[in-house]
Amino acid sequence: MTLIRADGVSRTYRSFSLVGAGAARTALAGVSLSVAAGETVALLGRSGCGKSTLARLLCGLERPDRGTVSYRGTPLARLDRAGARRFRREVQMVFQDAPGAVNPRFDIRTIIAEPLRHLTSLDASARARRVDELLEMVELPASLASMLPSQVSGGQLQRVCIARALAPSPALVVLDEAVSNLDLHLQAATLALLKRLQQASGLAYLFVTHDLRLVERFAARTVVMDAGTVVEETPSGALVELRHPASLLLKSAILPPLPARMPVRMAARMPAPAPVA
Amino acid sequence: MTAAPPFPTSPAPVLPTPQTLSIEGLTVAAGHDGAGPVLVRDLTLELRRGRVLALVGASGSGKSMTCMAALGTLPPGTRTLSGRVRLNGAECAPEALRGREVATILQNPRSAFNPVRTMRDHALETLAALGLAGPDSEARIEAAMAEAGLDEPARILPLHAFEMSGGMLQRMMIALALLAEAPFLFADEPTTDLDLVVQARILDLLQRLVAARGLGVLLVTHDMGVVARLADEVAVLDHGRLVECAPVEEVFGAPRHPVTRMLVAAHLALYGLELAP
Ligand SMILES: Nc1ncnc2c1ncn2[C@@H]1O[C@H](COP(=O)(O)OP(=O)(O)OP(=O)(O)O)[C@@H](O)[C@H]1O
Ligand SMILES: Nc1ncnc2c1ncn2[C@@H]1O[C@H](COP(=O)(O)OP(=O)(O)OP(=O)(O)O)[C@@H](O)[C@H]1O
Ligand SMILES: [Mg+2]
Ligand SMILES: [Mg+2]
Repeated sequence: MTLIRADGVSRTYRSFSLVGAGAARTALAGVSLSVAAGETVALLGRSGCGKSTLARLLCGLERPDRGTVSYRGTPLARLDRAGARRFRREVQMVFQDAPGAVNPRFDIRTIIAEPLRHLTSLDASARARRVDELLEMVELPASLASMLPSQVSGGQLQRVCIARALAPSPALVVLDEAVSNLDLHLQAATLALLKRLQQASGLAYLFVTHDLRLVERFAARTVVMDAGTVVEETPSGALVELRHPASLLLKSAILPPLPARMPVRMAARMPAPAPVA
Repeated sequence: MTAAPPFPTSPAPVLPTPQTLSIEGLTVAAGHDGAGPVLVRDLTLELRRGRVLALVGASGSGKSMTCMAALGTLPPGTRTLSGRVRLNGAECAPEALRGREVATILQNPRSAFNPVRTMRDHALETLAALGLAGPDSEARIEAAMAEAGLDEPARILPLHAFEMSGGMLQRMMIALALLAEAPFLFADEPTTDLDLVVQARILDLLQRLVAARGLGVLLVTHDMGVVARLADEVAVLDHGRLVECAPVEEVFGAPRHPVTRMLVAAHLALYGLELAP
């Protein structure tokens, strides 16, 4: 079942300047993309190609100039009150810029509980329990709950934002570079957590990333954008299937596993092939 | 500042610019009185011009705190309890290093920009603060932007931070750091928001600056691929302590501390490789 769908969405920005309206910039030009319930779609593309813009449109944070975004078959503009409320609870976003996405005067507990207050009927003690549970899920110590955003590290704040997005038990989470500040162990742990949640509750993800190495591990389908349009879609997360020049360019820039002055066999070996089932 | 002693005791030539920057016995604690938890403990590191020292460790291990303490920019609620910085052997105040001796690229580019100022304002301010403003300011700014991979200065300079994508902001911050032409650079997660193609370009650029200008770099990153590509030495932090410091080949080939082994193993797993036993 299609959960969310963008049909031919376009978005043009005009920059503000003292000398009158500045040059217009088309960030998206007729993009279509859909995510089914329980699915993970990776969204790749060069910097500035429009990924965050598309993410904001899908979450209803901005309106497209042309085209429509529909949730469970209904265009966002035509959702009734109950439908809009459901959309706000069920579609959550983890923003690329974590410090800008939280209120600097609220402590971590209040930040994570925010969607619970607005979007669920949980009472104060149930909310507190849920926050404790979420902190544990993202491997943050309970002592962090009383701290302010300025008192936690970059990766810790990113996990706070993931916890906040998961708080109201959404159906879709848009992850915009959401693990980019985590160390490798935590990246793996976070992706494993998201997968477990998906298996348990059928959560869907739109996984916006620049790290192609994570795509194969996490996504079931890949969409590549270039300069405001979708240029390639593959039915799996396998990078070998990507053929568009924009995709090949990204693939060619994957960093080497080992320092240049060191032969591969010195440090690492390929794992033994898994026994054939 | 030229810190060469008036009567050199060794036959080494008197150098016009500092060749080493060392952080010695740095201890940072939380709490205004420094009575809270210790965040960095008795840390000693030495940067050399023309070398790249990577600082790695789990999220929250104290990497950003180390950079900020060395430059006297710790956030409120944290304090340096002990330690000093030496430039070419001579102790100096952390504030004196900022900008002129050490350029910085901060984690989370968006929060580094004043939201009501344009990119041009930021660039002109950077030049003015260093006494480098002049008739060639605009040309210098455009050259630095081109080096950082921002190809449309005329479009970008009038923009505010909210009008730019995450990767564009990160490149702008790199351009501002280049403007300073300082002998050392602290780069805290400098490529997390960049697509792989831009990332490769920035890493090439840093390598060129290290080779040609003798830039000395402290590179904070969670991406061991970036470490493999750029670093000469690697320092590993765990809960604010230095647990391993070794040449990059050794860290990948024979990591000793469990934290280092965990980071290298998680990295190699992204490539289907395993740590040699
Ligand atoms: N509010 C805005 N005003 C003006 N221009 C904007 C605005 N938001 C985005 N843009 C422009 O739209 C284009 C696409 O930006 P977007 O943030 O969607 O890119 P992105 O693919 O997420 O890039 P990155 O990987 O660097 O985060 C950019 O050229 C950017 O300058
Ligand atoms: N004001 C404060 N009071 C108490 N603890 C603090 C304060 N500020 C920072 N910390 C803690 O200091 C520790 C080190 O933070 P730092 O930002 O240096 O981590 P980091 O290694 O850069 O991590 P990341 O990779 O996630 O950016 C974190 O555990 C953080 O919670
Ligand atoms: Mg973006
Ligand atoms: Mg940090």
